[in-house]
Amino acid sequence: MTTQAHARQPIRWSRVLIYAALFLAAAFYLLPVYMLFITGMKSFQEVNLSRMWDLPTGFHFDSFITAWFGSEKEGITGLSGNFMNSIYLAIPATLFSAILGSLNGYVLAKWKFRGSNVLFPLMLFGMFIPYQSILIPLVQVLKNISLYGSIQGLIFVHVVYGIPITTLIFRNYFAEIPTELIEASKIDGAGILGIYRYILLPISLPGFVVVMIWQFQSIWNDFLFGVIVTSRPAVQPITVALNNMAGSYIVQWNVQMAGALLAALPTLLVFVFLGRYFMRGLLAGSLKG
Amino acid sequence: MLAPSVIAIAIFVYGFIGFTGFSSFTKWGSLTPDFTWVGLRNYERLFSTIPSDRFIIDLRNTVTFTVLFLIACIVLGFLLAVLLDQRVKGEGIFRGVFLFPMAISFIVTGVVWRWLLNPGTLQTGSSGVNLLFEKVGLGFLRWGWFTDPTIWHIPPESGLGQFLTGIGLDWVASPYVGVSVAMFSVVIAATWQMSGYTMAMFLAGLRGIPEELREAARVDGASEIQIYRLIIIPLLRPITLSAVIVLGHISLKIFDLVVSMTGPGPAFATDVPAFYMWDTTFRGNNFAVGAAIATILLVSVAVLVVPYLINTMRTEAEL
Repeated sequence: MTTQAHARQPIRWSRVLIYAALFLAAAFYLLPVYMLFITGMKSFQEVNLSRMWDLPTGFHFDSFITAWFGSEKEGITGLSGNFMNSIYLAIPATLFSAILGSLNGYVLAKWKFRGSNVLFPLMLFGMFIPYQSILIPLVQVLKNISLYGSIQGLIFVHVVYGIPITTLIFRNYFAEIPTELIEASKIDGAGILGIYRYILLPISLPGFVVVMIWQFQSIWNDFLFGVIVTSRPAVQPITVALNNMAGSYIVQWNVQMAGALLAALPTLLVFVFLGRYFMRGLLAGSLKG
Repeated sequence: MLAPSVIAIAIFVYGFIGFTGFSSFTKWGSLTPDFTWVGLRNYERLFSTIPSDRFIIDLRNTVTFTVLFLIACIVLGFLLAVLLDQRVKGEGIFRGVFLFPMAISFIVTGVVWRWLLNPGTLQTGSSGVNLLFEKVGLGFLRWGWFTDPTIWHIPPESGLGQFLTGIGLDWVASPYVGVSVAMFSVVIAATWQMSGYTMAMFLAGLRGIPEELREAARVDGASEIQIYRLIIIPLLRPITLSAVIVLGHISLKIFDLVVSMTGPGPAFATDVPAFYMWDTTFRGNNFAVGAAIATILLVSVAVLVVPYLINTMRTEAEL
């Protein structure tokens, strides 16, 4: 919708109230970010509970360096390895998810078959389930197929449980494309795969962007699968490592905050630069895409 | 082409749910599976106070969390959307500020809010938000946040409590039917993260309401408040319902935030079923009990989501 001109006469004090309320709300949302930055920027000497709201005396990157590389002296393991694990996990899993989702969405949107309107909600239900209800057999099966405890195993899990949401977004995306286009190609003798490859794939970039942002964000931010599937710290994703770091009493607060900022950075950057597509995925997630 | 995905969902969702459901009726309580059938025993134990009342406490906490989290997200999201709909300057920036927490992991949110709401100790003095309150002269607002084990409930010795005991409802006047105040901290953190979502949904809804409708109401002499109460809020009802479903199923499943922010808390004051399931299954090897908790969780989510899914599919088929 385009913004419509509200024909109301603006009253001075009500505008002041509106902005005051908005700034107050913004302060609530930004408070944790402010705290992350000022704590992360402090030097180790400045970390003091009674002065936690004071600004740092300058830009100190010691805590970021410790959070990233760790500190052998204090027995702190850095997050750099886990950050890379999350990269090696999220990128391939996102790609596979998007490809699989686009194929499913295409078939469900354009090749209606008997039972497809029963199959689709049955698939969708998979995105709402509490994953606790599948964890026990999941661990057993992953152990049997030798994928337990590895990044490959986590990729597999995220691709499988990403099927419902990626299928949903692509199905809604492809449903917008005129069926005549498909019909015409059928007459020209194109097959089911040919139509996908030559007609739909070239125009599905925006769909791919929405799905990939959604999947990247949810895989990067996942904790439950990470903590269940990977038990060795060397292969754990960053959320699991950050949680371990925060639960350890030897790690100072400034290092924890620096670690939290590092863990949040990739998805925050995606949000800042591709926020529009992020929103679309968000609204698609509530089925009203 | 669809077949691999259909098979994967059939096995990894429905097959696994079936296996979990089956396990919940067995004796499996160690690393080696034991599928001796015990009927409903695991469920009966969860809903009784013997050997542990932890699950009943978890249900109480889930109710507290779900109700407060839904109210907070819907009220805050609606107010922010209405404010942003008043042709404000810098709308895009405000929207970004209200929405960015959605892009962050619950783990990061938990770590940061644990630090912010850390009440401090007598030795070290106040810290976090408590300290901030002191600095701005609102020291009376400081309290224990998620470390406060207080449970608000009807005291059994009060008049109402004695009445309830008299008619055999003594359990209503017990801490099992109460509000764990430590959960408020988790609600604050979760609302910080998720209220941008309701804001975005309501804003999209507000923008979809034709201006002519408001104009017509104004011509008929309706005040701005009346326009919201009688026209806009009823029109936003389907969006509110979607928000309740989506946020409701998130709150029933809430896990990451509790793990990173509070853990089970003093006397399980912030424990939730998803955490208990993980704890008892993967730390305690009580697989059958874990499976029973997981099944209860699944059923509660299904009760919320399935009617919504069916309804959505039906309206779609009509189009």
